[in-house]
Amino acid sequence: MDLFEYQGKQFFAQYGIATSPGDVADTVDHAVDIADSVGYPAVIKAQVQVGGRGKAGGIKIVNNREEAKIQAGNILGMDIKGHLVKRVWVEHASDIEKEYYVSFTLDRSAKLHMAMVSAKGGVEIEDVALTDPEAIVKYHVNPLDGITIAEARDIAVRAGIDKPAIDGVSEILVKLYDAFVKGDADLVEINPLILTPEHKVHALDAKVTLDDAAAFRHPEWEAYRATQEYDGREKLAKELGLNYIGLDGNVGIIANGAGLAMSTLDVVNQVGGQAANFLDLGGGADANTMTSALEVINTDHNVKSVLINIFGGITRCDDIARGIIEALSRVELKDPLVIRLDGTNAAEARKIIEPYVSDKLIVRPTMMDAAQTAVNLANGGDVK
Amino acid sequence: MSIFVDSDTKVIVQGLTGGQGRFHGLRNRDYGTKIVGGVTPGKGGTDVEGIPIFDSVEEAVVATGATASFVVVPPRFAAEAVIEAAKAGVSFVVCITEYIPAQDEARMYNTLRRDYPGTRLLGPNCPGVISPGQCNIGITSGDIALAGGPVGIVSRSGTLTYQALYDLSQKGVGQTTCVGIGGDPVPGTNFIDCLAAFEADTDTKAVIMIGEIGGSEEERAAEFIKEHMTKPVVAYIAGVTAPAGKKMGHAGAIISGSQGTAQAKMKALAEAGVTVAKNPTEAAELMVEIVSKLK
Repeated sequence: MDLFEYQGKQFFAQYGIATSPGDVADTVDHAVDIADSVGYPAVIKAQVQVGGRGKAGGIKIVNNREEAKIQAGNILGMDIKGHLVKRVWVEHASDIEKEYYVSFTLDRSAKLHMAMVSAKGGVEIEDVALTDPEAIVKYHVNPLDGITIAEARDIAVRAGIDKPAIDGVSEILVKLYDAFVKGDADLVEINPLILTPEHKVHALDAKVTLDDAAAFRHPEWEAYRATQEYDGREKLAKELGLNYIGLDGNVGIIANGAGLAMSTLDVVNQVGGQAANFLDLGGGADANTMTSALEVINTDHNVKSVLINIFGGITRCDDIARGIIEALSRVELKDPLVIRLDGTNAAEARKIIEPYVSDKLIVRPTMMDAAQTAVNLANGGDVK
Repeated sequence: MSIFVDSDTKVIVQGLTGGQGRFHGLRNRDYGTKIVGGVTPGKGGTDVEGIPIFDSVEEAVVATGATASFVVVPPRFAAEAVIEAAKAGVSFVVCITEYIPAQDEARMYNTLRRDYPGTRLLGPNCPGVISPGQCNIGITSGDIALAGGPVGIVSRSGTLTYQALYDLSQKGVGQTTCVGIGGDPVPGTNFIDCLAAFEADTDTKAVIMIGEIGGSEEERAAEFIKEHMTKPVVAYIAGVTAPAGKKMGHAGAIISGSQGTAQAKMKALAEAGVTVAKNPTEAAELMVEIVSKLK
């Protein structure tokens, strides 16, 4: 789960990481009140999970109450690359002497945690990595050892952090690692981490990705989850316990297992089609799961045909077949179904489906045949 | 011959008294796997269909001489269960649990690497391992596998592993061992571990490798194949059409920036001399062709 900036700052605050004084608002009046209380000049920042909000006019500095009112009004409700601005973060505008970059994430190759620190902050770190990779210091941290203040200092020095900022940056590194581990994050990033003319170091932005698998030990994440934005279908799928990602094509996909689902998208593409979604039923799917999946896809108006690709392992094909038949009685399906079933109890499954076979319910022997038929149907062709 | 497990491997099941553990543990025993014990704290002295239950892995190992463990416990207890097995001297641990928190997984991996280098972990979030006709630890349906070799299979995805097994078996080509390494970011056993084991196994004559988007393990495997493998390898990579920034089901299957794309992985493998298939069925067909030439 990706946090909004304001949530990231609230998350950081729990671990003692300094940010500018500020608060979040969802109305103009509240935004103006916050600006008044933090003092001018203040910054009003659109809360959207997409890059480039500054360029899009989503970040403005205001010098008085009047300006705050105008800019908060402009930014709230703004559309930034398809993301509606529902909230703004308002904070006192900081004087900035220097901008740095710090982050922690997992290095999958080394199977260790990795700190990244750069004296070149405030710009996209990917750009720095391309144009000046030497400017980023990468340091592995063994999760069994953690990071000491001495190590943090050493990293800061090697990254070319200015002398007056060394203490502040290394302290924040240690706290940020604590937030990363105890807070069960996949990524914690501060860009920019700033040095003020008074030689104080604090976070001006916050990017945090939480590990959904750890939600069971973080009841406090409920507040973050409430603000997550899914499209209607992704939300419905989540409620029904399905692993669904919306895409742009017109062939609805239902498969069991993430690998097979991914592979099904690829095969649809290879035979000239475009998948409308990724949908993994998961292991042990039954009639209810199947019905839910069909309900979700049935609400997608782009879909012109549905490809059901099942390889039974734990999942039993006869359960899937019953699910399909049951779904037909519960949901009025608008699109033809093309079904491929192999593996555990596949023969029984085909027998269950046989009486229902029609030009709206087609069974194909292989994944390739099924994909081809589904694509033909989606493109307005006939079953052959 | 086979890799990692064979007909002599004695296995305990951590979590045998739970619903999943019981189902798969008994299924593995029915297949012929030597399931010699189960572990559930507080239930020592009882049994599951004649399989004795112990309170700790240590007790189970002492009593049964087991060298392998099958961990089927919920995510919040899984890392501790794996480490308990390693502590008790179990040399091969299969963990099928999905959704172990990433921080726990990283600590688990590094604990094994530092303190218990003699223990190999397979998984987590994997379908397990099957040496057809000898031993099946995990959730793979034994009836889709065919004993006798000569093909080894290593895969990150469960269902695609089944698909590959099934396609080969249907065409009369058997397998030595089929290993599902799992779809998590920090797998205990990686492609290279399995490729090296298959290269060393005299009965394995060729290998199918099934990868997916995310990380750089396939690229590293390509380097290994180029330098160390003499046996032919056929590869398939899932996720050519996957969009960037979206986790495709598995925690590890995500393209971030230009990292982890299927295209880059396929290119690296092709350059290493690997035969790259467009889909799982084609991978099996290409393998059948290779095997027919071996004979």
